[in-house]
Amino acid sequence: MTSLNVLIAVCLAYVALLFFIAFVAERAGVQGRGDWLLRSPLVYTLSLSIYCTAWTFYGAVGNAARSGLEYVTIYLGPSLVILGWWWILRRLVRIGRSHKVTSIADLISSRFGKSNVLAIVVTVMAVVTVTPYIALQLQSVTLSLSIFSAAEQGAVPDTSDANAPAFWIACGLALFTVLFGTRNLNVNERHHGVVIAVAAEAIVKLVALLAVGIFVVWGIAGGLPETLARIDASDLGTWQTSGSRWATLTFIAAAAFLCLPRMFQVMVVENEDEKHLRIASWAFPLYLMLISLFVIPIAVIGLEVLPEGSNPDLFVLSLPLSQGREGLAMLSFLGGFSSATSMVIVATLALSTMVSNHIVMPVFLYLHQGGASQSGDVREIVILSRRLSILAIIGFGYIYYQASGGSGALASIGLISFAGVAQFLPAMLGGIFWRGATRLGAMSGLGVGFLLWVFTMLLPSFGQGAVLSTDIFESGLFGLGMLRPQALFGIEGMDPIVHAVFWSMLLNTAVFAAVSLVTFPNPLERLQGAQFVNVFDHSPQTQGWNASVAESEDLMIMAQRILGSEEARALFADQALAQGLSGHLPEPTPDFLQLLERELAGSVGAATAHAMISQIVGGSAVSVHDLMAVADESAQMLEYSSQLEAKSKELSQTAAKLQAANTKLMQLSAQKDAFLSQISHELRTPMTSIRAFSEILRDTEGMRPLEKAKYANIIHSETIRLTRLLDDLLDLSVLENGQVTLNTQSGNLSDLLDQAISSALAGAANPIRIHRRRLNERLVLETDLDRLCQVFINLITNAQKYCSASEPELRIVVSEDQGGVVVDFVDNGDGIPLEAREIMFEKFSRIGAQDSNGAGLGLAICREIMTRLGGDVTYLSDAQGTGFRVVLAQPRAVAAQ
Amino acid sequence: MARKPLPVFLERSSYRKRRLMDALKLLALFGTVLWMIPTLWPNASDTSVEPIATSRALFYVFGVWIILICLSALFVHRQPMPENGGREADKTP
Repeated sequence: MTSLNVLIAVCLAYVALLFFIAFVAERAGVQGRGDWLLRSPLVYTLSLSIYCTAWTFYGAVGNAARSGLEYVTIYLGPSLVILGWWWILRRLVRIGRSHKVTSIADLISSRFGKSNVLAIVVTVMAVVTVTPYIALQLQSVTLSLSIFSAAEQGAVPDTSDANAPAFWIACGLALFTVLFGTRNLNVNERHHGVVIAVAAEAIVKLVALLAVGIFVVWGIAGGLPETLARIDASDLGTWQTSGSRWATLTFIAAAAFLCLPRMFQVMVVENEDEKHLRIASWAFPLYLMLISLFVIPIAVIGLEVLPEGSNPDLFVLSLPLSQGREGLAMLSFLGGFSSATSMVIVATLALSTMVSNHIVMPVFLYLHQGGASQSGDVREIVILSRRLSILAIIGFGYIYYQASGGSGALASIGLISFAGVAQFLPAMLGGIFWRGATRLGAMSGLGVGFLLWVFTMLLPSFGQGAVLSTDIFESGLFGLGMLRPQALFGIEGMDPIVHAVFWSMLLNTAVFAAVSLVTFPNPLERLQGAQFVNVFDHSPQTQGWNASVAESEDLMIMAQRILGSEEARALFADQALAQGLSGHLPEPTPDFLQLLERELAGSVGAATAHAMISQIVGGSAVSVHDLMAVADESAQMLEYSSQLEAKSKELSQTAAKLQAANTKLMQLSAQKDAFLSQISHELRTPMTSIRAFSEILRDTEGMRPLEKAKYANIIHSETIRLTRLLDDLLDLSVLENGQVTLNTQSGNLSDLLDQAISSALAGAANPIRIHRRRLNERLVLETDLDRLCQVFINLITNAQKYCSASEPELRIVVSEDQGGVVVDFVDNGDGIPLEAREIMFEKFSRIGAQDSNGAGLGLAICREIMTRLGGDVTYLSDAQGTGFRVVLAQPRAVAAQ
Repeated sequence: MARKPLPVFLERSSYRKRRLMDALKLLALFGTVLWMIPTLWPNASDTSVEPIATSRALFYVFGVWIILICLSALFVHRQPMPENGGREADKTP
């Protein structure tokens, strides 16, 4: 007969073995050896089996003995989740890795704008929901011990005096977890030791359960067909599960698989490689199938073989014991022990991380405002807070175990936990798939779901009259029939579990969605939301730090306290090297700060790391106002740059104008030069001939009178030419200086034109043909007629001189414009080249070489005169031939009757 | 982010890889449907019909399990590691 002492010795030996395995694995992990095992998909898959706890090991058989195949739903849900890894798990793992998520609370708070309040809510909920679960493990180990002691005493197992062992078991588990879990701090360095130990325990529990199963089927029942026949013949021989329970339990198990803190720890945080999910996608369902394969046979044969009143939760132990197979019973006990210990270790580890990161550290930081870099060693405090959290969580579990009396069936306790953590599901899935999910939505959904869970599931689980009075069960909270804990809204007759899960999940999701729809997320939330939802598109970058104030030294001191001085120094030196600096301290660039925040987040969680950096960087956590300021600034810059653009446009326009003016000046200057040489030539030519002929007249003896007269004539005509030139120059200069006095008279335009034409064409050998419409010319003008006539003469003379047509013609068209008279002179010549039009009204401008006897003053004089007369003369660029338009402002042009 | 436009039609092997990916994604749905069929089975309380024997139910549930495990293993090992939604697997020569 196995004595309790032997049992305890075996347990201790087993624990020592686990320690040894964990120690070796951790050593190997540090030295970088054994990666093929430590980072293998096999270990990952086995570590997922942390899902299968003592509940699975003992409770599944108990559940099967009570309600048949229903137990299997607890494994169907997770199987479906991992078969559908591509949809959710792949995304979770990617997010977990790229954002260095340390726990499910960290994930949710990180997604919703690194909100610490949300992290606290999730942490508290997780502690409350997992506490019954830990109690369950204590209960199962206590029960299994009691059965051995009972067997020793030969009595029916009695659970009432099991409190003392439960206490010592709790202490043992706490010690175990503290030693295992808080040896190193950075969760992202991953607990190689723990994971390997969990994997080893996974093998132990599977082997133990399979061994018992095989013993039952082939050892007791006598083979597979016989077993099946006995199953069908038993009380469990027919399908008994209601459809709603089947579906609800499958759903709740799937949800819990994703949301349980310990599952999140092994599945996401400890994940080494996304590829492991692919292997786990078939290997883990296989594990689950194997572990649940023999549950029904064990339950049926147990019910048959064991005496009436045996606890079905312990069939796995009591069956081998009743058959005298103590070795098998011992293996089975170790399996159960493994299940319980591995679960408690990982669950408390995950929870203590959450508690210390999201509750203790923020409180500590709050109490030491601005002191993250000055006060004591944060690293010590983090580890201490974790250890205390572990003790507290296991303490809660023990208290719950005591309070619930240790009497509940294992499966129902487990389901309470499952339904509790399932409340995280809407916020988590909403957060990673829906960018519109907001922090307030998540908070309200979680709150509503949690309250409903407490009211409809947790409190009633203590029994009627224990916490909730019988009155409340019968007539509802505050006497409202709508608020009965097991018949909400007056709908009765639902299975309590289905009822609780249905209402809590429905209202949780509905409130989450509705509040998210009507609230507006802050910028950090939106940023994080976009990064989480589009994790496969984005490079995983969170918002940067404005590091202008950050002191590298302060950061170094803080990092040393959290990461450890060696690690921090190495990290800083690496970064300095990467930045190309020779010292040990890198520049506090936004990139570096972000990296540092991620590293710290691995130890103390995203929200705390964010808060710590922001303390040192000078409180520059990105707030709405900051973002608004940034937006304003960029708007101002945009405006400024558009102003600059306008100015530069203006400048370039001015420059173009200047350029044009300069070009014109250059032309004028060239013209003037050309004229000066021309005028000197023009003056010289007549002067030369005058001199020559006067010398001839003076010096030649015996000249004939005819010759004398001829020479004198030449001198005379040259003098006239000179005089005319000088007259023109004088005239222009007078006009330009405004010294001219106008002699205003009234006269008929037609007469004026007659006079001008006869003057201009007088003495012409081949006069140009003039076309006029005299009818239109019968206008009386009030102006300086002589000057106007001078303009007309000039224009007609020009046409006569320069018209290039073989039969030159000139049309003089008179029309009346608004308040003025317009006279157009259009000939049938070639027109004036474009480049000459600009300057032809300038002084001394002559077009082409044909203009041999003019000085280029005519048009300039015309324009000056017309300006004086209050009109203008312009070139008609759209005329057919060369055309000039004289516009004479005339207040009233009266038709001469 | 501008992705390189993917070809509209794929050559045979890429096409098969894509369908394999689809099958992998649909597997969870397939499993859900199969495992929810028991909700339609007559309950023990319903005396008008012959109840389902537990051994048959066991065969069904575990049979589906084994089929799903085999299919999953098959799909995963036929499929090269996909990055970003399996788009990398669609490279055409």
